[in-house]
Amino acid sequence: MATMLTPEEKEANALHPDLLLVERVKAGDLSAFEQLMRQYDRQIFRIALHITQNREDAEDIVQDTFFKAFQKVNQFQGNSKFYTWLVRIAVNESLMRLRKRRSQKTVSMDDEIQTEEGSIPRDFADWMPNPEQNYNQAELADILRKTIKGLPPGFRTVFALRDIDGLSTEETAQALGLSVPAVKSRLLRARLQLRERLSRYFRVPTGEHAS
Amino acid sequence: MNCTEFLANLTDYFDAKTAATLRVELERHMGGCSHCHVTVDTTRQTIEVYRNNELFELPESIRTQLHQAVLKKCANLKRKKAHTA
Ligand SMILES: [Zn+2]
Repeated sequence: MATMLTPEEKEANALHPDLLLVERVKAGDLSAFEQLMRQYDRQIFRIALHITQNREDAEDIVQDTFFKAFQKVNQFQGNSKFYTWLVRIAVNESLMRLRKRRSQKTVSMDDEIQTEEGSIPRDFADWMPNPEQNYNQAELADILRKTIKGLPPGFRTVFALRDIDGLSTEETAQALGLSVPAVKSRLLRARLQLRERLSRYFRVPTGEHAS
Repeated sequence: MNCTEFLANLTDYFDAKTAATLRVELERHMGGCSHCHVTVDTTRQTIEVYRNNELFELPESIRTQLHQAVLKKCANLKRKKAHTA
C-alpha cells in the first residue's frame, strides 16, 4: 500500500502519523479506524457537548461523526489535518442537531429564548447569584457553563473550539468553513458578551493589573 | 492605541502571536483602560475555570459501546459495498 503513495503523500505521512492510518482505512482496515476513534473520540465528544450542551446528543454525534468520516474517507485529501476534517463533520452534525431540537415543539426549562442579541437561558434570572458572594471553583464553573450555554450558538461554537478546545484560529476557520477575520470577529463578540455577563464574578482587586 | 484597536488584536495577543513592540503597546493600553483590562481578565479566567472543571469526560464503558456501534455500521457498509462491486 505504501508503494502506491506519491512522493507528496509520503512527505505528508512523515509529517503526521494519522495519514498512514487514514490510508489503511481507505483500504478497508477497520482496526486502523478504531485506532483513530480511540485517538479522537473524547475531543469530538467535548466539542459536540460544548455546542449542543446535551450529553446524549453529544454521544450520538460521536457515533454519527465517525460513521460519516468512514463513509466519506475517500474524500479526505490530506490537505488539512485529519482531526480538523473530523471536527468539521462534528460541528456540522452538532449544529444540525441543535436546529432539530429548536424546531421541536416541546420546550424544556433548559431551552433558550432567542433575543436580538442572542439568547439567554430561560431560568437565568432565577439562578443569577449575588455577585458579592464568594464562589468556589465548582460554583464558578457552573455559572460559566450556564453563561456559555446562553451565548448564541455561532459565538459559542467559535469560543469553544478556539478558546476551550484549543484549536488555532486558522483551524477553527477551517473547521467552520469561515474566513479567519470572521472567526476573529465572532470571537470578539463572544468575549464581549462573556465580559458583560461574567466580569462581576471575577472581581480584580483595585490597583492590580494582569501581568 | 484605542479600545477598538486593542480588541482587534486580542485574539493574536492570546495566541502570543503578537510582535514584541505591539505587545508592549497592548499591555500599556490595558494598564490604563479598565474596560479592556476586565475583558482580557474575564476571558482568561473563564477559560481557566472552565477547563479545570470540565465534567465532559467520556466514561470508558460508553467509549467502548460507541466504538462497537460505529464499527458494526462500518462493517455492514463494507459488506454492502463488496456485494454491489
Ligand atoms: Zn480599552
